[in-house]
Amino acid sequence: MSPEPWWISLIKAILIINLVMVAFAYMTWLERKVLGRMQERYGPNRAGPFGLLQPIADLVKLLRKEHFYPAAAIDILYIGMPALAGFTALASFAVIPWGPGWDIGGYFVGGWIIDVPIALILLFALGSLGIYAFMVGGWASESKYSLLGSMRTCAQMVSYEVALALSVLGVVMMGQSLSLVDIVHKQQETGWFIGPQFIGLLVFFIAGIAETNRPPFDLPEAETELVAGYHTEYSGMRFGLFSTAEYINMITLSGLAVTLFLGGWDGPWDLGPLWFILKLGAFLFVFIWLRATLPRLRYDQLMRFGWKVLLPVATINAVITAVLVVAV
Amino acid sequence: MSPQPVETLKGFAVTFRKIFGKPITQQYPEYKRPLYPRFRGRHRLWRHENGLEKCVGCSLCAAACPADCIRVVAAENTPVNRVSAGERYARIYEINLSRCIFCGYCELACPFDAITLEHEFELSEYSRDDLIYTKDMLLAEPIKRVPVADRDLYDTPTPYYKEAS
Repeated sequence: MSPEPWWISLIKAILIINLVMVAFAYMTWLERKVLGRMQERYGPNRAGPFGLLQPIADLVKLLRKEHFYPAAAIDILYIGMPALAGFTALASFAVIPWGPGWDIGGYFVGGWIIDVPIALILLFALGSLGIYAFMVGGWASESKYSLLGSMRTCAQMVSYEVALALSVLGVVMMGQSLSLVDIVHKQQETGWFIGPQFIGLLVFFIAGIAETNRPPFDLPEAETELVAGYHTEYSGMRFGLFSTAEYINMITLSGLAVTLFLGGWDGPWDLGPLWFILKLGAFLFVFIWLRATLPRLRYDQLMRFGWKVLLPVATINAVITAVLVVAV
Repeated sequence: MSPQPVETLKGFAVTFRKIFGKPITQQYPEYKRPLYPRFRGRHRLWRHENGLEKCVGCSLCAAACPADCIRVVAAENTPVNRVSAGERYARIYEINLSRCIFCGYCELACPFDAITLEHEFELSEYSRDDLIYTKDMLLAEPIKRVPVADRDLYDTPTPYYKEAS
């Protein structure tokens, strides 16, 4: 069995990009549908059976819309930032493993696009790069709402990124690797990390909601106060790219949570990627559930919660894990 | 405000339970809510039973209109051309429905009950000019432009206040 040649990775990359895009499209449908049911509405039900063609209708609408931009906007940054957001969101899904790997035609085909030894750091690096898109995009569009949205994005992302990184420290110490594939293999040996790292999962998930700008931490785009935050001045497919990036970030974050805490593709029976997809779906459902249930935090509450609650809890969790890993 | 974990979890339970409930949304083009008898929709001009118009072109409706959307040009009735029961009749009677606020003051001002506000409210047009209703359009039975194929199947159900009587 020979190792994976480069062209298999390429095929997998094309496949996964398309699958993630489809997942994103139907995530928007699912969100509107579930959110509607939770609020005693139907959600989209006109385009196709159960409104299943709604994402396609939305795409056509966004593509055909006028690509308006403000006269004072800084062209290159204004036009380039949605692309950066979309790129980093799609690229970060590359390192997330979704299957154990199979032997196909004499080649070993792994259930991941690429297995890098620093996968986790790569993910956080790409995530930080993606934040630039939100910050610079809002700043370059020369509008007070966009600027305020960008400022909030900047402050919120910086605050919660710290807690997010600290919360996975325990997993890294227990898995003794930064490669997500190794972490999943380790969990297959020792059991899922959700047990010993439950606090880590909680902190990771809460900080992750804040990182992806989802309610109740959607201050950067708080539509009731800031119109739409950093993408106020964006329309058409440029806005579409921003929202694509946001949803794909959400999917990636759920995938990361599944990989780090719930054993990735691991499950009682060998169902291939199905376990991963099921767990991913559960996380995405919780995202929607949160949006339907909780009101938005006030800005000072958000900051206080991030720095005074999440960060200490994550730090203590990491320290205790470190002591236990060394002691045991 | 101190954290209230139990209440928060109760909130989550409520939203989760609602998924399995029935939505209360009324599906508009198929189902239409019954209108109240005094609902103020599109105007209608009326005729006497002998076919003469009730409107005598006095322009009181235009004077009462706060949105200034009614235009009346009166002309004398002649024995050859008798249009209304009075001395004069409205040669031109136009209502610009894109300006109208459906307040019903025209109805109150009219001394002959010639104009009333009826129950028609589906007044969308592709062009603003099409919203200027002329006298012929206001005198005629409203054209129902119901966006469903089978009108009998999906028309407004009988309101409860009509069922009772």
